[in-house]
Amino acid sequence: MSSRLRWRKFVSGFMLTMTGVCAVVAVAVLFFILGYLVYHGGASISWNFFTKLPAPVGETGGGMANAIVGSAKLLLLATLIGVPIGFFGAIYLAEFSGGTIAFVVRYAADLLNGVPSIVIGIFAYSLVVLPFKHFSTLAGGFALGLMMIPITLRSTEEFLRAVPGALREGAMALGASKWKTISTVIVPAAYRGILTAVLLAFARVAGETAPLLFTAFGNRFWSPGWNQPTASLPVMIFTYAIAPYDDWHRQAWAAGLVLLGLILVINIVARAILSRGIAVPRS
Amino acid sequence: MKRFAGLFLVVLCLAGIVWADSALSINGAGATFPYPMYSKWFDEYHKKNANIQINYQSIGSGGGIKQVTEGTVDFGATDGPMNDEQIKAYQDKHGSGILHFPTVMGAVVPTYNVPGVAKDLNFTPEALAGIFLGKVTKWNDPLIAGANKGVNLPANDIVVVHRADGSGTSYCWTDYLSKVSDEWKQKVGKGTSVNWPVGLGGKGNEGVTGTVKNTPNSIGYVELIYAESNKIPYGSVKNSAGAFVKASLAAVSAAAAGAAKDMPEDFRVSITDAPGNTSYPISTFTWLLIPAKFSDAAKRNAIKGFVKWALADGQNYAESLSYAKLPKEVVTKELKAIDKIQ
Amino acid sequence: MATSTTTVPSAGPVAGSRSFLSRLRNGDEIARLITFLFAASVVLITLLLVFELWQGSVLPRHKFGFNFFRTSVWDPIFDQFGALPFIYGTLVTAGVALIIAVPLGIGAAIFLAELAPARISDTLEFFIDLLAAVPSVIYGLLGVFIVVPLMREYIQPGLKHSLGFLPLFQGPAYGVGFLTAGIVLAIMVIPYIISVSREVLLSVPRDQREAALSLGSTRWEATWKVVVPFARGGIMGSIFLALARALGETMAVTMVIGNTPTISASLFSPGYSIAAVIANEFTEATGDLYLQSLIELGLVLFILTFILNGLARLLIVATSQRGAGMGHT
Repeated sequence: MSSRLRWRKFVSGFMLTMTGVCAVVAVAVLFFILGYLVYHGGASISWNFFTKLPAPVGETGGGMANAIVGSAKLLLLATLIGVPIGFFGAIYLAEFSGGTIAFVVRYAADLLNGVPSIVIGIFAYSLVVLPFKHFSTLAGGFALGLMMIPITLRSTEEFLRAVPGALREGAMALGASKWKTISTVIVPAAYRGILTAVLLAFARVAGETAPLLFTAFGNRFWSPGWNQPTASLPVMIFTYAIAPYDDWHRQAWAAGLVLLGLILVINIVARAILSRGIAVPRS
Repeated sequence: MKRFAGLFLVVLCLAGIVWADSALSINGAGATFPYPMYSKWFDEYHKKNANIQINYQSIGSGGGIKQVTEGTVDFGATDGPMNDEQIKAYQDKHGSGILHFPTVMGAVVPTYNVPGVAKDLNFTPEALAGIFLGKVTKWNDPLIAGANKGVNLPANDIVVVHRADGSGTSYCWTDYLSKVSDEWKQKVGKGTSVNWPVGLGGKGNEGVTGTVKNTPNSIGYVELIYAESNKIPYGSVKNSAGAFVKASLAAVSAAAAGAAKDMPEDFRVSITDAPGNTSYPISTFTWLLIPAKFSDAAKRNAIKGFVKWALADGQNYAESLSYAKLPKEVVTKELKAIDKIQ
Repeated sequence: MATSTTTVPSAGPVAGSRSFLSRLRNGDEIARLITFLFAASVVLITLLLVFELWQGSVLPRHKFGFNFFRTSVWDPIFDQFGALPFIYGTLVTAGVALIIAVPLGIGAAIFLAELAPARISDTLEFFIDLLAAVPSVIYGLLGVFIVVPLMREYIQPGLKHSLGFLPLFQGPAYGVGFLTAGIVLAIMVIPYIISVSREVLLSVPRDQREAALSLGSTRWEATWKVVVPFARGGIMGSIFLALARALGETMAVTMVIGNTPTISASLFSPGYSIAAVIANEFTEATGDLYLQSLIELGLVLFILTFILNGLARLLIVATSQRGAGMGHT
């Protein structure tokens, strides 16, 4: 073996090992994050955390009960706004539309997807907070819902399109009208993928903080109804993390663990649903 | 099964709306300076009046002024009083005026984190202005060392920490610096948000305290209670009479003594660099910004009731949180002014 | 079963042009209309967003014009607003993030696409997708409590000691600053580079690789000199995607960047990014010029990410199609 060949083989082995190292490092970061959160957050999670309202500044014993409920309300509203628009819009794109309109809608959705979340916050502030003269759960839910639309729309459209033509044609041959085909054949066939898309969109906005800073604002108490400011987990984490009180730091860790746990569980469930579902060719 | 779960969820939400709406919710936002005081007050007031919820968000005085002008909150709070322009802007927008109500008084202290120095340092006005202008860059600079004989100051670079957000605490600090340093007055000026020559930005009194606590060789300015409750050292400042005074309730009250007698009708007054041997030079009132006109009668009565309580029982909580009670003359004047809220 | 819904309007006097109302009785038309309204609302919302950003920044655009991008003074007292420090901070932190994330990301993607057996590749990809799902504020939390002290105690002094002659690594070690923000951003964007690059690499047709190997190249040479260049467009696309994400990041950056509008050659210096200043100052911007200057910053950010996302998609699609088109010869 010539020495040049030996050198080339060495370089090859070395570089390929390095790529392995890169991959290991990337994955190790994830486990480190998880581990650290479990360690610190786990130590701070207590019954108080889930059931008590925040205590006055400097006093211990407070919790984040209102933030947990607040986040739940915000996410419910976001889903009610984002999912129908995304879902029905996708049906239009996949089943009814012609080339140009589809292009425009998809372009708009991609545009919306790429908007930085803080800019969505600005938009929701001028659209919902100012006219109503209130920071509110409604404004926060609206902002989050906007962010859910593009993800739901694009993914649902993909899964609808992936339903085999044979199913469509079979239904039409039996005399079903278009919308009946859609509702009884196509959507059920793609339902796993659609559910995955919704869950992933949900997990994505569950952790969003920036759009809530000037829409849902914050609340030290329970937020009644939908038209008042509300506390939320991500904003509480932010507020508590940059403050100097150790008790608040502990609560921030606990909240971080709860939030991340929720998001990861949803992600894993979503992917599990998808992998056991339809055989969609990877695009 | 799924349909049942969905229905259950909807019923739960509707129940949530109905049940929760029985409390009267009032929203306020503004200064972080009095936040420990206000959060205690609103908590106590809610315990005594279970149907009134006053939600206060500490986003900085600038935020308080802005949001109360926009009308997105029911009242604001600031330690830098609104200037004439801002008051006019409010008037133009709402057709009625905005009222300032002092609630407590406090001190802004220079807090620092110098490794190896546990004692209280003395700061002259020149030293403070120099540090924040970026001209005094090392801890062992003669301007600082001169006032602290016998203290071993390291030759480390000073890390200046200021507010990143619009702050009444900043207003008080820059108001003081503008009074004692012509250079500061010309170069930077006073306000809730200035163009800082040097330093890191922290968000809220909380952020500055946290940054100073975690950053060696740093110096920042925070409200007294933040330095005390986080056990970080803060220095004495030389007042206009030449004495080095460490911030305390008595020293703040001394600073306000002159102003109490000559309090203007709209309660906007500055007590920095006040005369008197025992006065602490960086003291300030903090105000609630309350609209003169409320269309909602329930909210109006709730707020008036709260202000009355704050001026009476509420004052008893002040000292344990290191805020100074209002002078009696000021309280009397304010109780009369409450009637201006329609 | 549908009753009056015939798809062929043959019977009846109004054969070719059924009126709108009668068409409405056809269930399909209603479905089409309703779903069209939803789809149209997406376009409307997006147009409204752009409009609000444009309208909302009219004052500074008229007052400062292009000087907005050349001035570095941000002074709310004297009504002087310049975007330069924020653009600088945004670009520098994103740049640092890419310098760290791109080699690591592409390396990992090569490993996952070329070397790892399918099962391991899929499992690792699964974990990397989870990393992409971690919210920004959690990165901020870890940044404040882990990365910042680490930077302040070990990494920054270490860099100053060894590379301090470079202006990049001078100045006091605050812990927060451009470098710290860049490192946190790097961790946030790596998953995007890895997953998109991996997909693109996987779509390179086998013949390319096999041809190289059959000509006697080592595995690394086949990968680096044939496969990767073939997928070059898509990999660039993944970098643009990562860049777009890094530019728009708000929470993690504002917690570790120092929040000071400064332009400095040193990476240790505290700075500010567009998203961070909007987050910190939006609720308190008194005065129309101040608020609208912040909105103009938002507009700038929007345009930047828009262009980058567009380019990214073009590149990725073009590369995949190239691969698919040449797949079978």
